[in-house]
Amino acid sequence: MAMSPRKRAQVSRGVQYGIMLLIVVVLLVVADWELILSQFLDTEILLDLMPEIFTTALKNTLLYTAAAFTFGLIVGLLLALMRLSSVGPYRWLATGVIEFFRGVPALVVFIAFQFGLPIAFGVVMPGGILGTVTVALGLVGAAYMAETIRAGIQAVPKGQMEAARSLGMSHSRAMISIVVPQAFRIVLPPLTNELILLTKDSSLVYLLGLSAASAELTKFGRDALNETVNMTPLIGVAFCYLLITVPLSIAVRRMEARAEKAR
Amino acid sequence: MTEPEMRRDAPAIDVNELHKYFGDNEVLKGIDFHVNNGEVVCVVGPSGSGKSTLLRCVNLLEQPTSGTIFVEGVEITDPDINVDKVRSKIGMVFQQFNLFPHLSVMRNLTIAQQRVKKRGKEESVDIARRNLAKVGLAEKEDAFPAHLSGGQMQRVAIARALSMEPDMMLFDEPTSALDPELVGDVLGVMKELAHEGMTMMVVTHEMGFAREVGDKLVFMDGGVILEEGDPAAVLADPQHERTRSFLSKVL
Ligand SMILES: Nc1ncnc2c1ncn2[C@@H]1O[C@H](COP(=O)(O)OP(=O)(O)O)[C@@H](O)[C@H]1O
Ligand SMILES: [Mg+2]
Repeated sequence: MAMSPRKRAQVSRGVQYGIMLLIVVVLLVVADWELILSQFLDTEILLDLMPEIFTTALKNTLLYTAAAFTFGLIVGLLLALMRLSSVGPYRWLATGVIEFFRGVPALVVFIAFQFGLPIAFGVVMPGGILGTVTVALGLVGAAYMAETIRAGIQAVPKGQMEAARSLGMSHSRAMISIVVPQAFRIVLPPLTNELILLTKDSSLVYLLGLSAASAELTKFGRDALNETVNMTPLIGVAFCYLLITVPLSIAVRRMEARAEKAR
Repeated sequence: MTEPEMRRDAPAIDVNELHKYFGDNEVLKGIDFHVNNGEVVCVVGPSGSGKSTLLRCVNLLEQPTSGTIFVEGVEITDPDINVDKVRSKIGMVFQQFNLFPHLSVMRNLTIAQQRVKKRGKEESVDIARRNLAKVGLAEKEDAFPAHLSGGQMQRVAIARALSMEPDMMLFDEPTSALDPELVGDVLGVMKELAHEGMTMMVVTHEMGFAREVGDKLVFMDGGVILEEGDPAAVLADPQHERTRSFLSKVL
């Protein structure tokens, strides 16, 4: 019996849904729910994490990420402008910095700042843990953001710079007042994605040897995990990360949808 | 860097033996071109003949390869000149408007006044309002460019240039990107400007405007000026075959 292509697609989709449903049902029946709940969602342990998981761990993650992102954004903008400069040495320096921090794992950068800096130059990063996170994580972010921002600046139509110059603005004034603000609008979605990545990378500060007061989500979760020998703290920590990253993801998707509509 | 001393009694624009290459491509092949104070000079010619390039050389958006350009007695082709200062005296209107889309209409008109002319907020807003009223868009000061029609955008662009109180205005095909029914509004504003005595260099295909408002018509082809003169005379009795064939296509 011949089926129309449409009918065949329908049947095929129906079969796929059926298989998925079957898998879910089997898992539900086979799984030992009591064990899973006690290992992953122990209410008592969960309540025990309060309120520090929010007041210390989540707060510190937000603080480290925000500081690193802000620093990275400023350095990233500077690197982007240097990359576009007509002065050769600026371009070469920026390219070197960008390639270095993009090519080296964030973990290595952290170790370099924490342990390498004192050995190499006899100096410690000022500002303690926050200072080190801001600069180390910030530079990693800056290297990525610089390329994004540069692309954004180049995506602003040439006529904008020309109009600004024809009104008597200097090149740098036109960049600051006219081109860069428009570039940031263009690159807001990728910059927000970078913020999501930085949020997760902020977990690398555990390398710095954190006290209880300076622990962020991951360190907090690991400590609690060791203490309770139970997976519940990790579930709590994962939930906290999602609390930050999911709204950001939604914001990105909204911005992209709006940009799509505007075109 | 030398500060330009511009003089209103010198010719507004004085271009001598101007050559411009883009790579190996010679786009302007020895142009002599003059605009006196208060004159309206229209530049016409086929696409690719170098009209925009000539106009853009006058405020150094393009760097001339050789030749000299004087603006109000100042040699702007002198490499030491303060270009920004010269440009703030020359208003420019683009085919694609080039309004700043991230700024309101009012801010489009005040930002350069404040950043370049160092005018205070109140003064710059007053001047902006006056110029918006002049182009018939007083009620649009809070709008953003994206919410304006093409004709409105171009009138805002003219008001933006006027807010710098320039000595002269350059127009590069200001109505070519507009729907036909919106062309009249923009030409009307330009006509009014001309009547007020503004010095204007206008690249255009609007022969009616050139005849009615222009003091001089310049016909360019292949990087040279083929003929120039009184607009009515050139349009009625073109001397060159190429002028004739161009005019027969646009009229
Ligand atoms: N930035 C540029 N780089 C290379 N070639 C250019 C550039 N601008 C203009 N040209 C060339 O110069 C010639 C004249 O262009 P243009 O002055 O825009 O002519 P018109 O305004 O009369 O149409 C054209 O052949 C064009 O391709
Ligand atoms: Mg042109």
